[in-house]
Amino acid sequence: MKSEQWTVDSNQWAVEKNSGLKFFLQTVIARAYPRIIGQQREKSWMFFDIFLPLLAVSAYVFVYRAIGAPEEYVGFVVMGGAMTAFWMNVLWSMSSQLYWEKEMGNLALYIMAPNSMMAILLGMALGGMVATLLRALAITLLGSWIFDIPYAVVSFGQLFLVFMLAMVALYGMGMLFASLFLLLSREAWHLSNLAQEPVYLFSGFYFPIKSFNFWVAMSASIIPLTLGLDAMRQLVFPSGAALGFLSIPVEMGILSGLCVVFLTAAKLLLAYMEKLAIREGRLTESRR
Amino acid sequence: MNLAIHTQNLGRIYKIRGGKKTEPKELEALRDVDLEIPRGELFGLLGPNGAGKTTLIKILTTLLAPTSGRAWVTGFDVTKDSHKVRARINMVSGGEASGYGLLTVRENLWMFSQFYGIPSKEANRRIKQLMEVVGLGDRLNTKSSDLSTGLRQKMNIVRGFMTNPEVLFLDEPTLGLDVGASRDVRRFIRQWIDEDHFRTLLLTTHYMVEADELCDRVAIINEGRVLACDTPANLKRRLQQDAIFKMEVSPLNGLNVDSFEGLPGVRKAIHVPKDGTAELDLILEKDDALGGVVNMMTSNDVHILNLHKREPTLEDVFVDLVGRSMEEVEAGEE
Ligand SMILES: Nc1ncnc2c1ncn2[C@@H]1O[C@H](COP(=O)(O)OP(=O)(O)OP(=O)(O)O)[C@@H](O)[C@H]1O
Ligand SMILES: [Mg+2]
Repeated sequence: MKSEQWTVDSNQWAVEKNSGLKFFLQTVIARAYPRIIGQQREKSWMFFDIFLPLLAVSAYVFVYRAIGAPEEYVGFVVMGGAMTAFWMNVLWSMSSQLYWEKEMGNLALYIMAPNSMMAILLGMALGGMVATLLRALAITLLGSWIFDIPYAVVSFGQLFLVFMLAMVALYGMGMLFASLFLLLSREAWHLSNLAQEPVYLFSGFYFPIKSFNFWVAMSASIIPLTLGLDAMRQLVFPSGAALGFLSIPVEMGILSGLCVVFLTAAKLLLAYMEKLAIREGRLTESRR
Repeated sequence: MNLAIHTQNLGRIYKIRGGKKTEPKELEALRDVDLEIPRGELFGLLGPNGAGKTTLIKILTTLLAPTSGRAWVTGFDVTKDSHKVRARINMVSGGEASGYGLLTVRENLWMFSQFYGIPSKEANRRIKQLMEVVGLGDRLNTKSSDLSTGLRQKMNIVRGFMTNPEVLFLDEPTLGLDVGASRDVRRFIRQWIDEDHFRTLLLTTHYMVEADELCDRVAIINEGRVLACDTPANLKRRLQQDAIFKMEVSPLNGLNVDSFEGLPGVRKAIHVPKDGTAELDLILEKDDALGGVVNMMTSNDVHILNLHKREPTLEDVFVDLVGRSMEEVEAGEE
């Protein structure tokens, strides 16, 4: 009996495993794929994503050297430049992702598929993170070589942990933004425009946030990169610890808290978005 | 009974927000839709723009909540058990631009297959096989942004069939395709349904011929209501008593559709002006009503260039039910 055989073979995977971890990861990886593979196909990224950030970094380096700022600042700037890539990715790509998916008509297909939307969103985040990692590494390597930066890594284990915590918190924030953007659509565009420059300033991309007033620095810490950068600098540069804002364990604690807050908020808002989309019938509409 | 699709008093009202001051308006896109579609059927929804076809598909594919009534797909409630429904269905819309342009056809299809939990190897096997069936076997590694509209639609169709759904929804699957590509797609749809009696397919269209030649049963839908639902042959049988004539005449010289419809025995006249001539479709109660029409024409100096009697089509059924042709309904909307 052909039909019976077909019923079993076609629905076995989807129906039985669609709550399982394996299926969840399968979805995450599939959605990360276009980012990781597809995005490298347009070669122009090398110019826009590596050369331009390096140019900004160079400008700061020349200024710092001209005014005789401590030489550590040069290393700080290179690391800040590299980490900026992640911020840009979250602000411009990750946050508008669901909006674009809606415009292209993918959002309806994602909602209709038997996977969880959270897996789709995580896939987008993972893909963006991996693709950006390439760019950040290139900026770090080139910057360190051009400006001859000295490194003295205290603990690679801690460095990795801090970096991962910062990434999870940052992309958790990006996932939250993605649903927020979809709900606010055009207004959100202006918000990210507004957010870009102040964040450069307050999250200390190009100088240590210790130079701020304590409460200003504390407020800036809501952006996960702020503490991430500060902790990484403490762990990587010879005099980093002296210029650090809080102690590394405290910074890691706060970052972990941010991870939980952002991921939970992202999950809740995503569920709300899906419910609203289905109730109002607007959000899956690409032509309207 | 083992129904693939079942709806009861299904309705959907959209709230349309105007400016800040105006009250939100309500638009009834679907009203009291009752459908019973058994497994194995190729079912067509035929209706003009704005009839509510896409709205119905969205509800059945769990993308939109009904505002009244209920719907079940493969026996599961679309709102309460949406997860179970989703695992068993798929949907393709005409003219959709899904996927990512930077990925190849194979990569795009593979990505979507993963969202249904199909193992990679099996997915790639099905993709290759289906792409060959639709005649795109050599395009697997083409970037999807490089595909023409027709090829792209074939890729979308493969996306729908590749998960082997129990119920497949196709929203205007041949929209924007040329004659050849449409024929390929229709042939494939028919073959897929005939291969396995457990499969069910619901498609929407506003091409009469498509509904007539392809579908086992057709529901004619207008302004959110199902006006009739039967096999194409049975639907046309309603008009068997009527006499339907197609005429080509010289320009009407001031006569219009109303002048003909005022004549005894003339149920409906449809006028399509052409370059220098005019086409007139007449639905008459009996053959002898033609005499009055011809008299009126000759006395107004309208010449008959061509006249023949024809079999009723679904178009005529629509006119009979709605009182206007589908084109007239669509033109009246704008
Ligand atoms: N999200 C929405 N918000 C408000 N009104 C909507 C929405 N979607 C559809 N409508 C309206 O509901 C009615 C039915 O629309 P629907 O898209 O279901 O028609 P359709 O039969 O698919 O038409 P078409 O042949 O043009 O695709 C139309 O009047 C349409 O303008
Ligand atoms: Mg439609």
